Amino acid sequence: MAFISVFDVLGPNMIGPSSSHTAGACSIALLARKMAPGPIAAVDFTLYGSFARTYRGHGTDRALLGGIMGFATDDRRIPDSFRIAEEQGLDFHFHINREEEDVYPNTADIRMTTVDGKVLTVRGESLGGGKVRITRIDQVEVDFSGEYSTLIVIHSDKPGVVAHITSCLSERNVNIAFMKLFREAKGQTAYSIVESDGQLPKDISDGIRANPYVRDVMLVQP
Amino acid sequence: MDFKNGAELLALCEEHQCPVSEIMKIRECDCGETTLPVITDRMNKAWEIMKESASSPVADPRRSIGGLIGGEAKLLSEHRAAGRAICGSVLSRAITYACAVLEVNTSMGLIVAAPTAGSSGVVPGVLLALQEEFNLSDEEITNALFNAGAVGYLAMRNATVAGAVGGCQAEVGVASAMAASAAVELMGGTPEQCLSAASTVLMNMLGLVCDPVGGLVECPCQSRNAAGAANALTAAEMALSGIRQPIPFDEMLAAMYSVGKKLPYELRETALGGCAATPYGCDFACREHA
Repeated sequence: MAFISVFDVLGPNMIGPSSSHTAGACSIALLARKMAPGPIAAVDFTLYGSFARTYRGHGTDRALLGGIMGFATDDRRIPDSFRIAEEQGLDFHFHINREEEDVYPNTADIRMTTVDGKVLTVRGESLGGGKVRITRIDQVEVDFSGEYSTLIVIHSDKPGVVAHITSCLSERNVNIAFMKLFREAKGQTAYSIVESDGQLPKDISDGIRANPYVRDVMLVQP
Repeated sequence: MDFKNGAELLALCEEHQCPVSEIMKIRECDCGETTLPVITDRMNKAWEIMKESASSPVADPRRSIGGLIGGEAKLLSEHRAAGRAICGSVLSRAITYACAVLEVNTSMGLIVAAPTAGSSGVVPGVLLALQEEFNLSDEEITNALFNAGAVGYLAMRNATVAGAVGGCQAEVGVASAMAASAAVELMGGTPEQCLSAASTVLMNMLGLVCDPVGGLVECPCQSRNAAGAANALTAAEMALSGIRQPIPFDEMLAAMYSVGKKLPYELRETALGGCAATPYGCDFACREHA
């Protein structure tokens, strides 16, 4: 059983009103921001399930937008995030999807467009008590929480890529807590996700990119 | 050092001749691989946020996003200031502050989930009332928060604090049990009396459903936080007077969890039953979610 801290009981410190619909929404967007391939110029949020029904009364929209701008769950600017985003020239839109039933109740898709035109879509789920997980990157189903230092490697589904990643990690003496491999289909795009207990070295990406099958590397630090 | 249930906690208190809060601090340092100054700082910060959220709406009332609540703390405070409080000063203050935290929470202000956002008013409400009434120091209060944390940890570990799983008894019920136990330690009670008070609260709030109008953390959540504060003070008073709760805390926690799992889906935060399903609640939901 994972350790339950006194600050899991008396915490998180958060902007209300809901740990799942407000703090969790903010955390999902904050994770998405860390995955973005550059500064974000435009963002589209699609809300599903309970998020789609009760977002207004829970400030889910303001929390998502705050997270995209880098606000943490206890940032007092969250209630003003619409105004702040407009001042920053961030183009943002919300889409409410009440038709899709086959999703986890508190789900948001976040489509980010960077200043140089790159696009990344991330799906996040808010699990309650402020806990979240990322369940989709573009079209590929994934699963990680962002609680650990996380390395996401996007590569072709070819032999030897995973061995290359683990050897880069072992050279830097990184201890792997969890490692998972996801793919679109055999031989197509694959995602290797590594979660580590300690902080991953910032330049770890460089060595991993040396493999010709590696397309991109994201580093998401807590 | 670690403990898995109330019985083990009491055994550790007996063995080390120290209060619940002390055992919880040692556990946090040992199992969380951290140090006393670090956790003291974090708890001081939590208490600062709690105090501000429990007191600021008295002078500066807030309207909730959904519009169902707002201004209750000011009304209660004026009522007491006018000498018309019928509850006495401690209880009147506790319910005022509990309502205040929910005003802050529902207007997108900063709060500390304790153990959840929807039940965040009970612990600060009771503790701030006792601090003011008995001139207690911030250090005494932050110690008491570690006591509250011990009870909440056991509820998270061995039952649930999620309304969607166990109803309001798991949210406000546990918050109230935490506050009762903390109040007993704060006012000089023994570790046994702390858990006796926590057990009494769980007994008295057993079966309470989670039925938020429109699915928002506003009504009946704010009233329930005030009622949770009253329950906590009642149980603490009984324990401090020497009344012993015959059912041990661990058994009451298991009973609460068992009852929670038997609650129908409609009464576990889905906004499909109870207050949410009254004609008023349905009308509100239709307007809010249009």
